[in-house]
Amino acid sequence: MAFKIVASQCSACGACEFECPNAAIAMKGDNFAIAAAKCTECEGEEPRCIGVCPVEKTIIKA
Amino acid sequence: MIAKPLIDALPSGGCSASACGSSAAPEDMAPEVWAKVKDHPCYSEEAHHYFARMHVAVAPACNIQCNYCNRKYDCANESRPGVVSERLTPEQGAKKVLAVAASVPQLSVLGIAGPGDALYDWRKTKATFAAVATDLPDIKLCLSTNGLALPDHVDEIVAMNIDHVTITINMIDPEIGAKIYPWIFYKHKRYEGLEAAKILHERQMLGLDMLVARGVLVKVNSVLIPGINDEHLIAVNREVKKRGAFLHNVMPLISDPAHGTHFGLTGQRGPTAEELKKVQDACEGGAKLMRHCRQCRADAVGMLGEDRGQEFTLDKLPETIEVNPAKREAYRRQIEAKRELAAFARMAVKPAETKPGRVLTVAVASKGDALINLHFGHAKEFLIYRADALGVKFLGARKIDDQYCQGGLGEDSSLSRIVELIRDCDVMLCAKIGGCPRGELKAAGIEPSDAYAHEYIEPSIAALYAARCAEADADA
Repeated sequence: MAFKIVASQCSACGACEFECPNAAIAMKGDNFAIAAAKCTECEGEEPRCIGVCPVEKTIIKA
Repeated sequence: MIAKPLIDALPSGGCSASACGSSAAPEDMAPEVWAKVKDHPCYSEEAHHYFARMHVAVAPACNIQCNYCNRKYDCANESRPGVVSERLTPEQGAKKVLAVAASVPQLSVLGIAGPGDALYDWRKTKATFAAVATDLPDIKLCLSTNGLALPDHVDEIVAMNIDHVTITINMIDPEIGAKIYPWIFYKHKRYEGLEAAKILHERQMLGLDMLVARGVLVKVNSVLIPGINDEHLIAVNREVKKRGAFLHNVMPLISDPAHGTHFGLTGQRGPTAEELKKVQDACEGGAKLMRHCRQCRADAVGMLGEDRGQEFTLDKLPETIEVNPAKREAYRRQIEAKRELAAFARMAVKPAETKPGRVLTVAVASKGDALINLHFGHAKEFLIYRADALGVKFLGARKIDDQYCQGGLGEDSSLSRIVELIRDCDVMLCAKIGGCPRGELKAAGIEPSDAYAHEYIEPSIAALYAARCAEADADA
């Protein structure tokens, strides 16, 4: 149970990084990435990273 | 200590030279407000002849989606808000400011305008400002925001001496807002439609009120979107004036399918120059209008009419930068002297004694200092002025997409575009002009002239207007 970031779509704005309640998102090399072990998909709530992401279909189910 | 500029001594009342409208003449301004804006090229039309600004793109994250913005887009050749070529960390941003300050003595203002939202991405904005305030305490700090996060940061804005804030307010009616903003992200949740626009509107008004109450100067930017908020912007103007906004900047929507924005892709067009002017004119008498905006990029560097951003990309920054405040201080003393001379020149202007109704529209090629000092072929933009019996008024700047003269060879196609750009003008004033463009302008009914080369813009136009009126009276 985790999301992943489609690097080719990502504008690297970093909004998801500080919205993530689990600190699961960080810059890895040149791209933002989600640490699958930490991601809870926001458990029953609207996933915050998807909510704030300005480019549709950038954060998807891993 | 900088001497109080002589411009304060300009006669009040009447409307001579730059005393009206957006020219930010001091007689309609409290001295403490004038002190804040007099070196800020975006807040004072007069200052924009002398001072430069820069933006650093340290704040990429945004909390709303606007239909005129596509966050994935980047092109070095585009010049419009929200566009950047290079994102910077706060440390890199502060270093870039140092490098620019070292080689551009005109630099007086650092703004953070995204490319996302400066207040939503506040940690980065704040870190950048903190570093710059330590290294360059004389640089004014300003920021631009959509307002959603604004009420949360007013205390810090005041504490950091950020005394200019621009809020983009495109509506005061959420029904209209819903057509501009597909969604906002607020308190960790995405809101859409009317609900989103309602929250945004309330936060914008609250933030505006809070800033005004704390004495922070607020400029309101509005994007004119034909068919959506054109008439409505007049109500926006009245509302923000009532709430204490200092300046209102009505900007045209920039829309192109190639930009990949919602409006671009759905065929929403930008306003024509006449449509823009109509709304701006209708707003006169309300909140003071800004007419000299160049809609610059979120990483622009230089005087308002130019963008030297490409000279200061990260790879070009020197290893060590020497900070020399004395150089900027000396430049400012020079500017004060130049401004005094310009003010004297304006004071000498007497309004033409003529029948009302006579109007002269003039395009000017200038590279700063309020002078007619640029070769026609080197102009990247023209400043448009209108003279009538009440005086000379600045109407706005018009950008030329392609510079006419490239390497000394005039390109005919760009020349015809320039003629189109200033077709409504009676006269074009510049420092020098070649024979061929002279002929083309004349053929289009625009009189080219270098008779006022290196003279002050407004007094020259006033003199020209008076001479034209005298000729017309003699003919009558």
